[in-house]
Amino acid sequence: MKHYEVEILDAKTKDKLCFLDKVEPNATIGEIKSMFHKSHPQWYPTRQSIRLDAKGKSLKDEDVLQHLPVGTTATFYFRDLGAQISWVTVFLTEYTGPLVLYLMFYFRVPFIYASKYDFSTSKHWVVHLACMCHSFHFLKRNLETLFVHRFSHGTMPLRNIFKNCTYYWGFAAWMAYYINHPLYTPPIYGEQQIRLALILFLFCQIGNFSIHIALRNLRPPGSKTRKIPYPTKNPFTWIFVLVSCPNYTYELGSWLGFTLMTQCLPVAFFTLVGFIQMTVWAKGKHRSYLKEFRDYPPLRSPILPFIL
Amino acid sequence: MSAAAPGTSKAAHGDVAGKKKKGPGALATAYLVIYNVVMTAGWLVIAVGLVRAYLARGSYHGLYYSIEKPLKFFQTGALLEIVHCAVGIVPSSVVLTGFQVMSRVFLTWAVTHSVREVQSEDSVLLFVSAWTITEIIRYSFYTFSLLNHLPYLIKWARYTFFFALYPMGVTGELLTIYAALPFVQKTGLYSVTLPNKYNFSFDYYSFLIIVMISYIPLFPQLYFHMIRQRKKVLGHAEDYSKVE
Repeated sequence: MKHYEVEILDAKTKDKLCFLDKVEPNATIGEIKSMFHKSHPQWYPTRQSIRLDAKGKSLKDEDVLQHLPVGTTATFYFRDLGAQISWVTVFLTEYTGPLVLYLMFYFRVPFIYASKYDFSTSKHWVVHLACMCHSFHFLKRNLETLFVHRFSHGTMPLRNIFKNCTYYWGFAAWMAYYINHPLYTPPIYGEQQIRLALILFLFCQIGNFSIHIALRNLRPPGSKTRKIPYPTKNPFTWIFVLVSCPNYTYELGSWLGFTLMTQCLPVAFFTLVGFIQMTVWAKGKHRSYLKEFRDYPPLRSPILPFIL
Repeated sequence: MSAAAPGTSKAAHGDVAGKKKKGPGALATAYLVIYNVVMTAGWLVIAVGLVRAYLARGSYHGLYYSIEKPLKFFQTGALLEIVHCAVGIVPSSVVLTGFQVMSRVFLTWAVTHSVREVQSEDSVLLFVSAWTITEIIRYSFYTFSLLNHLPYLIKWARYTFFFALYPMGVTGELLTIYAALPFVQKTGLYSVTLPNKYNFSFDYYSFLIIVMISYIPLFPQLYFHMIRQRKKVLGHAEDYSKVE
């Protein structure tokens, strides 16, 4: 069996960083990254970007050496992606913040509101309901992160955790401040409004969860395969007929429900900003689906049926 | 803070790669030339207005009133520049341009116009003068660039005057916001208190303080960006820009 030689150059300076000889032809990029890590311990595999071109796209860990357009002496370029952090860690941190912060406002921990309100409870039952819904939502997110989602990428850049936590924690504190405020005003249409909002919220929570389960089942454990999602026996997944990313559709619905339930402008802002971000993600995902699958159902829209 | 948008794209010579970003077409270029000429003229009107008012009154005080209307008109008109970026006829970032224009519009309307008591402050003259000189140079820079006849003097002025004009403008802006604070607090201007049916509150006084604080990280970044641009633009007058 003919062995390959692999040299790795710095993509910016073109310096020779590493030379590997006697590399198996069926070695994967992932394995090469491990070998590179041995000679440069500060660059663990998840922060390595290995490419054929100094400015090209990163090669995938699964790519096999002999199937790449290289000679028996392969030259790769390396770029440091910077410190990495696992998706699971980021998700758990960014979701636990809102869970804890909201409860601090709900229980009116000292120094938030005037001291005469410390540890008092709101007299409006919708405030208790909102706390249950908000807490349930973020608890659900944490559990999904631990037990449901199958991530394509293991890691993301470290700076993302600061950015993401600022967003989630900041908005959670802002919303919770008003909902749990001693001067909170309950919804104008009272019980009717709250009931409708709760139904919408619960419906979309179940919907969102159903989609997460359906997407998980598309992908065998430990794999990174991508398949077209289709409606399953669960009626909440039938929305796949019209939408590429119904998880975002349901998420929007949940927050619209919460906005209606609390009748709180900051919640409306959070819903709007989240909707804008999810639309960007949905459009990107929709475009990837179209590029990857020739037979992608043409009726589907990225996030809102027929509209967006 | 004056806008520091980079110059317009150079005219493409012959078709290189098919995927090259297309510069403004002939119609867009004509429109942009007219836009920049009009803006240059507008800020010249403001400059002349200031000088004439000073000569007529014999003092620096209260000159704002003599140029209030053209200032509002032409500074607000700059909002179009955001559209130019969004549509793609100008190669700058929408976010950066948006931020710069909005900060000017904010000072013009939400501070100076809204708080009558600061209109007679000298700090207003300070930032209006800084803006006026900056904008006359900036808009004539764009005009000449679009016509491919940029006199070195204008290029030099654009990347040199800012050394003094930026700090001058920032000082004028900060002093004006500071002067507005007591009146905002007393009248509760633009502020919303609890309880209300939207469960929302906003304290404009605190907001203005946060705006003032934000100058601390933002101003140095913009200032040093201009210094770096200056090195690039004036430093290598003969080299073509390096291919990264």
